[in-house]
Amino acid sequence: MLGGYWESIAIFLGINVLMSISLYVPMSAGLISLGQGGFMAIGAYVSALLTKGGVPFAPALLAGSAVAAAAGLLVGTPALRIRGIYVMILTLGFGEIVRVFFLNFDPAGGASGLVGIPPLTTLPAVLAACAVAFLIVWRLRHARLGRAMIAVHEDEVAAEAMGINLTRTKLLAFSIGAFIAGLAGGLYAHEALFIDANQFDFSRSAVTFLYVVLGGAANPFGPVLGAAIVTLLPEFLRFLQDWRMTFFGSLLILAAIWRPDGLLKAPVPRSR
Amino acid sequence: MTVLLQIDGVSRYFAGYTALSDVSTAVETGTIHAVIGPNGAGKTTLFNVVSGVLLPSSGQVRFAGVDYTRRKPDRVLAMGIARNFQQVRLFRGLSVLENVMIGRHCRMATGARGLLGLGIFNRAAETQARATAREMLEFVGIGARNERLPGELTLVDQRRLEIARALASDPRLLLLDEPAAGMNPAEVRELTGLIGRIRDRGITILMVEHHMRLVMAAADRITVLSAGRVIADGPPQQVQRDELVIAAYLGKPHAPAHGR
Ligand SMILES: Nc1ncnc2c1ncn2[C@@H]1O[C@H](COP(=O)(O)OP(=O)(O)OP(=O)(O)O)[C@@H](O)[C@H]1O
Ligand SMILES: [Mg+2]
Repeated sequence: MLGGYWESIAIFLGINVLMSISLYVPMSAGLISLGQGGFMAIGAYVSALLTKGGVPFAPALLAGSAVAAAAGLLVGTPALRIRGIYVMILTLGFGEIVRVFFLNFDPAGGASGLVGIPPLTTLPAVLAACAVAFLIVWRLRHARLGRAMIAVHEDEVAAEAMGINLTRTKLLAFSIGAFIAGLAGGLYAHEALFIDANQFDFSRSAVTFLYVVLGGAANPFGPVLGAAIVTLLPEFLRFLQDWRMTFFGSLLILAAIWRPDGLLKAPVPRSR
Repeated sequence: MTVLLQIDGVSRYFAGYTALSDVSTAVETGTIHAVIGPNGAGKTTLFNVVSGVLLPSSGQVRFAGVDYTRRKPDRVLAMGIARNFQQVRLFRGLSVLENVMIGRHCRMATGARGLLGLGIFNRAAETQARATAREMLEFVGIGARNERLPGELTLVDQRRLEIARALASDPRLLLLDEPAAGMNPAEVRELTGLIGRIRDRGITILMVEHHMRLVMAAADRITVLSAGRVIADGPPQQVQRDELVIAAYLGKPHAPAHGR
């Protein structure tokens, strides 16, 4: 099919697309997370430890995602009381805690990382995960939870007075996002075959944020487009050699000036 | 006559300021009960307490005999009390229809069945909610604009939309905070008709209104608030003659509708 190089690019693209969707979900409810890298780390470590212990791939992936989702509930609970920029600081702190935890957690390799992870991630598996995640967030717009998330995002007082349970809605938004980030982590670990804590540092969370900001958060195509541009463009700019990232950074600045709300601004078709 | 809503000695302070002081009244099932009073009298604050948006500093609210004073607004709605907002608070990014569907959420299936709305799970509940929402929009007289955004409607239609959103929850008690604000006389007449039709559906109405003609035409009972206190409470004819009320409204016996 694809050559080894392009297949690997496609797999990492898919993983980044999953990460962008993982942030899109809580952002639909107005919760901006700067800690998606932490959820990804949890999914990566848990699933890798399980497959190394002989557990089949699919259940290991699901277990990693489930633990990440549980962590999402844990982070989401204090986030119920705060808003906006404070949620960003809280999640940023969470991401750092997770990183430092795995850095010092010797059963998972500690600072020297986790080696010998079986190469189980395939392109079809990544594509399937992306398709399912995308379909879920697309459908969410026309489901009770997705509508409630938008209502909460727009006006918490009115949403609660109109019967929306704020706690439930926000926690679900957080943990669904964390589940998807955990899934991305599991797929990543079994493609990279070696993981250490620093692969899931703040820059991972920040670049995930960049996908959504660049692509736009008005509909789920935005984050996907953002992830695609940020992942692929540097590859196509290799001919610029040392100037590659400078040029790429300049493009991002231009995009921020021309399309501050993101490249794709059209909302998902509404119910009529 | 049975009491549906009992407001019992409710006070509410804001940083030392007394917005409500020992307010008590009873709303009887099947009636239209009006709350009137000058600006800043505490009418909206009272609605916020009754709908669970604000906790009272002291006192109780009981619905059909049940003390629900500390319940959250979402549970108060599920219990059967729905409201609009004096300053319209619609969800601007949701369509007109979706705004009304939000009001229906408290009657939709919960848990995993209602969770993701993948067609295999809850298409039936979704279809039903949509049908109810359409019916409510027709009922308040703004059908056929379902896919629009609320911001594309006139302010008057936005008020109607808020009423539809509240009705979608199948309330037993509807709180209307100045529903006629910004309406011309023809629209007020229409609203009077709508309020009558809501009552005919068996829904009790508690309404804040400055339009005295609307209040006198529709209300079975009037509670008058002034500076956070109840200064009169009774049938319209009695309240109209009350000296304290006349004094409180001095200078604006027939106060016009106003925003704020
Ligand atoms: N959240 C709040 N914080 C501080 N003060 C408040 C708050 N809500 C209301 N108040 C004050 O309480 C008083 C009563 O306000 P309220 O909105 O209940 O009056 P109202 O009778 O509805 O007036 P209007 O006819 O203008 O709508 C006002 O002085 C108002 O400034
Ligand atoms: Mg008011």
